[in-house]
Formats: sequence, C-alpha cells, structure tokens
Amino acid sequence: MASSSRTGQISRQDRIRSLLGQYGIGIVLIIMMIVIAIMEPRFMTPGNIINVATQISINGLLCYGLCLCITTGGIDLTVGAQLALTSCIIGQTMSVLGWPAILSILAGVGVATLFGFIDGVLIAKFNMFPFVVTLSMQLVIRGLSQVITGGRAVMLTNDWFTGIYSSKLAGIPMPIIIFAVVTVIMYLMLHWTKFGRYIFAVGGNVNAAIAAGVSRFWVIVGVYTISGVLAGLASMIYTSKTGSAQSNIGIGYETDAIAAAVLGGTSFAGGIATIPGCVLGIFIIGLIYNGMNMIGVSSYYQSIVKGLIIIGAVMLDMVMNKNKH
Amino acid sequence: MSEQGREYILECEGISKAFGGTQALKNVQLHVKPGEVHALLGENGAGKSTLMKIVIGLYKQDSGTMVFDGKPYQARGPVDAIKSGISMIHQELNPEPHLTIAESIFLKREDHNGIFLNKRRQNERTQKILDEFGFPYPATTLIRDLKLADVQMVEIIRAVSTNAKMIIMDEPTSSLDAQETEHLFRVIRDLKKQGVAIIYISHRMAEIYEICDTVSVFRDGQFIGSSALKDVTNDDLIAMMVGRRVENQFPKVDCPIGDVVFKAEHLSGKGFEDISFEVHAGEILGFSGLVGSGRSETMRAIFGMDPLESGKMYLNGKEFKRKNPGDSISQGVCMVNEDRKNFGLCLFRSIRENTSLPSLPEHQKGVLLNQAREKREVEEVSRTLLLKAASIEHNAFSLSGGNQQKVVIAKWIMAGPKLLIMDEPTRGVDVGAKAEIYTLMSKFAAEGMAIIMVSSELPEVMGMSDRVLVYHEGRINGEFFRKEIISGEVTQEVILSSAFGVA
Repeated sequence: MASSSRTGQISRQDRIRSLLGQYGIGIVLIIMMIVIAIMEPRFMTPGNIINVATQISINGLLCYGLCLCITTGGIDLTVGAQLALTSCIIGQTMSVLGWPAILSILAGVGVATLFGFIDGVLIAKFNMFPFVVTLSMQLVIRGLSQVITGGRAVMLTNDWFTGIYSSKLAGIPMPIIIFAVVTVIMYLMLHWTKFGRYIFAVGGNVNAAIAAGVSRFWVIVGVYTISGVLAGLASMIYTSKTGSAQSNIGIGYETDAIAAAVLGGTSFAGGIATIPGCVLGIFIIGLIYNGMNMIGVSSYYQSIVKGLIIIGAVMLDMVMNKNKH
Repeated sequence: MSEQGREYILECEGISKAFGGTQALKNVQLHVKPGEVHALLGENGAGKSTLMKIVIGLYKQDSGTMVFDGKPYQARGPVDAIKSGISMIHQELNPEPHLTIAESIFLKREDHNGIFLNKRRQNERTQKILDEFGFPYPATTLIRDLKLADVQMVEIIRAVSTNAKMIIMDEPTSSLDAQETEHLFRVIRDLKKQGVAIIYISHRMAEIYEICDTVSVFRDGQFIGSSALKDVTNDDLIAMMVGRRVENQFPKVDCPIGDVVFKAEHLSGKGFEDISFEVHAGEILGFSGLVGSGRSETMRAIFGMDPLESGKMYLNGKEFKRKNPGDSISQGVCMVNEDRKNFGLCLFRSIRENTSLPSLPEHQKGVLLNQAREKREVEEVSRTLLLKAASIEHNAFSLSGGNQQKVVIAKWIMAGPKLLIMDEPTRGVDVGAKAEIYTLMSKFAAEGMAIIMVSSELPEVMGMSDRVLVYHEGRINGEFFRKEIISGEVTQEVILSSAFGVA
C-alpha cells in the first residue's frame, strides 16, 4: 500500500476506524482482561471467570431494563428500590406468612412489575418527565419496603430458595443460566420483534413513530413494565444470594446498570442501543469490581477508578464513532 | 490575487473538501460581485452547502484559498465570519423560542455596560432597526409568538444589522407564502442598492429568475459554470445541474379515473371548516392555497394526527373512522408529512427500519419478524423508487434530502395504501429527484391508487393534478380541472386569485 493515494489512505483509515467503532468496547474489555491477568494470574482461572459471570447477573438484568428505558429517551431510577421492595415482599411472605417460595417470588416480582407499569403510565399518559417520575417513585418504593418490614431484616432459611443462587445446572450456576436466558429473550425482543423496532422508533423520533402508526403509550408502558419484571428477577437472585430480606439493599444499583448500558453503546439521545453491546458493558463493569478487588485496589479508590474508566471508555467510543454523526 | 481583485467581494479558488472518503468539493471556485444577487444552483449533495459552510468557517477546506473584500480571508467560525462582514441565514431556522426579538438579533454580540447587559438600550436599538424594516412587532416580542415567516424575517434583519457586506441565504423562501416572498424580495432589492452581495440558494427556478443576477451551478462537488441569468434558459440550467436534459418536468401520465376511493363530508376542525371532496382511484387531487390556509391541517386530521370536530369520511363506500394514524394505516390511508425531519424519519436508524416501520405488522412470523422477507421487500421498493444508497442498512442521516424523501415515500408505498396523502412531496428535493417523484406519482395513480397532493408550488400542482382544489382561509374556494389547465383557460393567476379569495 506504499503507493496508495491520499484518498486510499483516508478510506483505509476510515475502515479501521469503523471496525474499531463497532468493536471498540469489546477491545476495551479485552485490554482490561489482559492487564488484570498480567497483574494477577489468578484472574484468568475458570473458577474466577465463573465467579464474575455469576456476580454480574444481577446488574445484568437491571442493565437491560435501563437500556430499554434509555432507548425510548427515558430513564428508570427505581431499579435499586425495586430490588429492596421485592426482597422484602419475598422475605415477609415466605418467612413471616409461611407462603411457598414460588408464590412469594411471584408476589415479589409481580409487585415490581406493577410499579414498572405505573411508572410507564405516569410517563406515557400524563407526559411527565421519566427522571422526575422514577426519582419520586423510587422514594415511594423504598418507603414501602421499610413499612412492610418495619425496617428489620428477615432471614430466609428455605433451602430451595437459597439454592436459586448456589445451585448448578449441568455444572453452570443458576444465576448465569437465568442471565443467559434473559439475554437471549432481550436480544430477540429488541432486534427481532415489532416491539423492538417500535422502541427504536419512539426513541429515535417520537413524532415520526406516531405518524407511522406506532402507539407511544404502549411502547413506553411496555419498557417500564419490563424494567420492573427484570428488577424483580434481579432481586430474587440477590435475596437468594444473601439469604436475607432487607429494605436498605440496592442503593446506587441504578448507577452501575446505567453505566453498563452506556458503555454498551446505549445512547441517551434515544433510539440507539444493542443487546450485545449491553452484554459487553455488563462484563466491563463486573470486571472493574472483580479485577480491582483481585489486584487489591482499596475500596476507597474503586469508585474513583470506576468513574474514570467509564468516562474514558465512552470518550474512546465517541472518538471512534465520530464519523457516524 | 487576480487582476480583477477589486471587482469581486468574494473570491474562492480551488476549494476542496473531503469528509472521510467522500470528496464533497473538488477544486471549486466562486466569484461574487458586490451588490449582486448570486444564485447557487445544484442538486442536494452537489456541494453548495459545504462551500457556504467553509465560507462562514463551520468547516475548514482541505485546500484552496479565499479572498474577501480584497483581503485573504479564512473564518474560524460564524462569529468570526460576521466580524469580517459575512452573515448566513440557514435553511433550518434555529430560533431560540424563549428569546425576544431584540435578544435574538443581538445574540452573541449583546449590548454591554461592563459585565451587565444593557437590555433597555438593546431594545431601543432593535426597535429602530425593526421600524426601518417596517416590521410590525415590538422588539420585546418573544420569538415563539411569531409566525414562521416572521421568524425568517428576524433572521434576515439580524443578518442585515451586522452590517454585513455579504449575506448568504439558504432556501429563504421555503416556509414563506407568496406575499411574504414578495416582501423578502423587496428587502433583497434594497440591500442590493446598498451594495450588499447576496448569495441565494434555492431550488425554485422562478424565484431565481426573478431576483438573481448571476448563477453558479454545482454538480457532484464540482463547479460546472457561472453565467448571467439573462443569458441562460431554464432548460440550460437544469441540464447543467443534472448533467442531462430533463425532458419533461412534470411527467404526468393520464390514466383512467375509477371509482370514488375516499369521500369527505363537511369536515371541520382547527384551521378548516366545512370541507367536502371526493378522490377517485387513479386520480391525483391537488390542494393549492397559501401556507396556513388549512390544507395541511385538514390532511393531518384525516390521517388521525389531529382531532376532527365534525364531519364524516368514507373509504371505498364504508365509513372511515380512525382514532390515530395506526388506525388509518391499517385501513389503507397513508400520509407523507410536509415536515420530513420531525414527522418523516428516524435519522439515526437504517433505511430498512425506516421503510418497513408502518408495515411491520405484516412482517411478523409468530412473535418474531421475518427479517429476510422484510429486507427483500425494502430492497424492492427502494429499487422502484430509484433510491440512491449504497446499502439499505445505512442510516437515513447519510442520505441527501431527495433520497430521504424517497425513503419516506417508500415506507408508505410498502404499506400498500388505497389513499396516499402527500403534503409537499417535493419540499427540499432537487430537480432530478423531483421529476423522479412525479413519475412515481403517475405510476402509482395508474396502478389505481388515489393520491392527494398538497403543494405550495403552483407549477407542481398545475403540472401534476387531475383536479385542483384551492383553499382560502380554511375553506375550499375553487375547483379546477386538468383540461382547463392544459387548455390555458385556468392560469397561475386564476388559481392565485382563488387562493387570495379575490375570485
């Protein structure tokens, strides 16, 4: 290519840039893995990789909900509080009222779904700002979980229930299986259904979507309801992991979920997101925690490093995708 | 500098600019004299806008030089350009709706007393300028309370008030009606007398002939030629622009007109009253009238974007009821909105997704989409519409205005309408693509579709319609037939007087 013309070089540069743009976040992930693996050889052991995958399932489920809401041009700040409320409902019904585990789970996830639905109706029907609606609802939900528990933690001793986190199927921990199944469902929903296209259309240009016959109401209500379901499922895994139901869990969890979605290319401008991107984002957030713990970064610094890595990764992504805009 | 340095106010020589691998401008030139109105002509994507953005410093050229007012010139940005004496009025007005006229006119060059704004003096100065222009609003009026045409006027006043030696106007009349356009032309003639050079970008040939002195034509990023307008014919210019002769600007094919497809009875709503009409299979029904006379409002209400206060509609003999556009689309009534950017496309989604959006319910296989069939059908309709795009997976954003409009039309054709309402179907579309869109309209009508075309361009309405209904202040004020138009019985003047309510 030494004799290539100026324009030839430009187009080659462009090609490389566009390749980097498509897989930029994946490259960030790989670089992170290599750096951590060099600094701490234990990192790349199968045991630790499975460990990371198990840990990320909770943030992963929340991230998909956030991804959908952000893609319609909104946000769901309730997911952390939803985690607490579902946990408390499961704890109270199972330990105090003695309900069977499966019924408790249905009740807990059902209530989270209902709150997601209410968020969606408030946003879609009354044109309220998603930020304001979910910021306020988050207080309501958190408060409710304190009311029903009286602020006390409840221990869960049901073996079947705690087994949700610790049991394995064909050698794979259950949380990974749940996460994988949800990932496949979300992928098909966003990229292979009418509903997914409508989400992109409403987020991309709501007027054009309505003019093309899309019901803004059902798309908005749909995504917040799904976010509710996923927060409920995440709470089930979380509660099973800790074996106790508490009203003060999940604080700040929306931050990690948003971070993962944004790292994965979900645009706050609306209308742009991919599920494979989110998966990468979820893994990066998971690795930041796991890797820093293994390298021995003090927890005081972890949050600072996390923030800087997110800004850096998003900036890198923007530089690489500069030509798209 | 050339020997003619004193003759020209702006000289651009050898300007080239590439975006990534696309060469947007190839070694182009432009020479503008003081006190002349200089038209820039070319299809969308020909490079006119890129060149102007280089002139006002929004882009930096890869090579080439500029001389402005006898001095080497290179703007670092629009504010810098204004300081040098070049102002630009953009096609897409970007008014800050919450500002007053005075704040808007003095934006980024506010009147200061030390660090504080001197609002009173700013208002007084603005009022003086407004009075000079005979602009009938106080300087403290909010931009959002103005009509679109008045917002345009404010932009022009702002450009003039900077004491610009040259003003660039990008499609300044696209949102103006005939009267307002006439007013703008008076302003332009005044500016000319003061020696201000105007660069005038427009797709409307009649206007160019009326107001411009010189024309420079661009095609595919290249400078094709420059000439005094009195020396070139319309056909010459179109041939220069598209690189070939467009045989017939309005390729209307007469086809047999069938049964009534859609019938409106006594429709009333916001902006229109007691509207009744029928449109038949194979018919192109034109709606003419001034901007704001209620044509678009009627169409939006029929399509279900706005409520209808009273009246009944029938589709193929059965009563047509709709709560929202979705209901209309599923019954076969589709509408190309006049506002492509806001109601037409999701610019950052692919051509494929944009095209199939209204037809998705028909592409479901169980819960999932049959994407292979979707892709096939989008490719097919894109071919029918002669869409120029490397791939249907590219973003709609990457297309020129004419091709974006084709995507909008493609999505409604794919939905298979019985009645297709087209509101300003060729707004912001270049000559070549215009002719293609007209050909397609004829083709769809011949296939039995009923087409309603709302248009503010008289030649278009007269050239394409089987029948023309003229609006005046929310009511239908005239009906004209194609044979009357062809025979010359009905002229532009007749339709205009009907639109103005004189006839």
